[in-house]
Amino acid sequence: MRFSSMLTGAVLAIGLAGAAVAQDKTKVGFVYVGPVGDMGWTYEHDQGRLAVEAEYGDKVETIYQESVPEGADSERVMTQMALSGADIIFTTSFGYMDPTINVAKKFPNVKFEHATGYKRAPNVSTYSARFYEGRAVIGTIAGRMTKTNKIGYIASFPIPEVIRGINAAYIHAKKVNPDVEFSVVWAYTWFDPAKEGDAAKALIDQGADVIMQHTDSTAPMAIAKDAGALAFGQASDMAAYGPNPRISSIIDNWAPYYVARVGAVMDGTWESTDTWDGIGAGMVEIGEMSDLIPADVQAEAQALADSIASGEYQPFTGPLNKQDGSVWLAEGETADDGTLAGMNFYVEGLTGSVPN
Amino acid sequence: MDLSAINPVILIASLMVAATPILLAAIGELVVEKSGVLNLGVEGMMITGAICGFAVAVETGNPWLGFLGAALGGAVLSLLFGFLTQYLLSNQVATGLALTLFGLGLSALLGQGYVGVTPPEIDAIGFGPLADIPVIGPILFEHDLMVYVSLALIAGVWAFLKYSRAGLILRAVGESHDAAHALGYKVVYVRMAAIAFGGACAGLGGAYLSLIRVPQWTEGMTAGAGWIALAIVVFASWRPVGVLLGAYLFGGVTVLQLNLQAAGVAVPVEYLSMSPYLITILVLVIMSSGGGRASLNAPAALGKSFHASN
Repeated sequence: MRFSSMLTGAVLAIGLAGAAVAQDKTKVGFVYVGPVGDMGWTYEHDQGRLAVEAEYGDKVETIYQESVPEGADSERVMTQMALSGADIIFTTSFGYMDPTINVAKKFPNVKFEHATGYKRAPNVSTYSARFYEGRAVIGTIAGRMTKTNKIGYIASFPIPEVIRGINAAYIHAKKVNPDVEFSVVWAYTWFDPAKEGDAAKALIDQGADVIMQHTDSTAPMAIAKDAGALAFGQASDMAAYGPNPRISSIIDNWAPYYVARVGAVMDGTWESTDTWDGIGAGMVEIGEMSDLIPADVQAEAQALADSIASGEYQPFTGPLNKQDGSVWLAEGETADDGTLAGMNFYVEGLTGSVPN
Repeated sequence: MDLSAINPVILIASLMVAATPILLAAIGELVVEKSGVLNLGVEGMMITGAICGFAVAVETGNPWLGFLGAALGGAVLSLLFGFLTQYLLSNQVATGLALTLFGLGLSALLGQGYVGVTPPEIDAIGFGPLADIPVIGPILFEHDLMVYVSLALIAGVWAFLKYSRAGLILRAVGESHDAAHALGYKVVYVRMAAIAFGGACAGLGGAYLSLIRVPQWTEGMTAGAGWIALAIVVFASWRPVGVLLGAYLFGGVTVLQLNLQAAGVAVPVEYLSMSPYLITILVLVIMSSGGGRASLNAPAALGKSFHASN
């Protein structure tokens, strides 16, 4: 897989280099971790790219490279994009963090935007969405909807973003259903339909009747559908799997951000920034809730989403303990962004341990 | 930790399902390599088979026609490889890699209208009372047809290579194409037939993913299964039984580690995740240290181009 993707990268990069003309247009590059047809994470980033094209028409040219492995291969792809005259490059996966910083050093005049990371430079911005706000909402739904009180969670890599999601979902499922248990499976991949499907199957075989996922394909949905379990759209609406097993979803809406940032490059106002928006700003949306969810649960979930959007409620509000029982947040205290950004621990009640 | 949550019977049944795609692709590639051709395009043929099978199954409503379409799609793509390497004498490694890239792109194009579509359902074969036998029933008698087809293919290929005259010719071509040519065998025809068979098997493996194991179409859904199939052929030291063992071992460890995680076993997840690869490497080392016999079992003409003028 790595080898093949690397070659894809090399071949396409050569193609990109050949297209380096027309300097009057603003050239926007996107580096994707999965295929644009994954119907999840990468699909939504590509929708953002299309929104940029729709907004600026002839004034922009967008290029993208899909299924780029995280690590050294991505550095080559970014270098090729920069060499081919890209003015701004969006690198859309956590694992592109160090490669983005490295390439940005070599091309001080090219602007870089790295999604979900925390390393910045004068020409590198970071942006991410507060997915955990959405997880709090669907965690509430999951807690209400489970009959076996066992929720299966397919996680990708043990990075703060994923751990935050598990904690947010667990805290809110537990709040509405004190008997709920989470079973977390680490797939160590963002995109591998067969493996994600197997993970869903393993969880369902062991009694989980609601599946949450933090991987990008719709495979767990297909398995849940066959097995009669419920699931949530991840990153994208995944509406094709509604109303059953998909009962709601977390949607990442990158379009407004991409349009704004490309606009800033065009009028010369681009600066290195750190953006972290949630439900309130519209970067995270909750997909339509299916009729399978009782009206009172829908209302409860909606109220939670509204209170998060208005800023009245923060999903990580004390009293909360860490897994080892030590106090993390006192009554009424809320977690600051620094702690959230580097979260590497489970909250009290979750079983298993966070892999290193 | 609650190991009782893992039902070994369900585990074995699901490892057979998890192993079937790589098993199909690997047994096809074994025949190709036995004829002296190294086709690294398994991944590309698998994914093409996955979408061809999916599209045909959805359009006709008949999953078995889908599998037929998948085999055809894989075979047609592999014949492209065959034409380039056998008639135009292009480099097999480079052409195989190109075939993978081509297959990934082609399948993405073909699959555009099929994202989110649910394929027609495939039921397990009804073995009636046999399926009710405890333990053995769910393991042996509750699968879909393709699991049995894959097992039959292993047996068939084994018997073909070991006992049939055609199998002997195929092996002769793979060991020394010059000698086979001198005896009057059509080296290129034999190899083209082997390549087409390999393509058809890879196509079936891909369709098993898209029609049964995951039931959906997603771009790039094979996610490296073709490369694992290639490794398993080496792992098996070009023996059909070895392919069966290798595929089931790999599928088994993959499924087992996911189940262990779901059961909350307190083994560090990193070790569980790397275990399929680790065990594969370990077995490879053990096997190749056994008097060097396994390492010598590779077809002698593997990867070499043949032209009658040589």
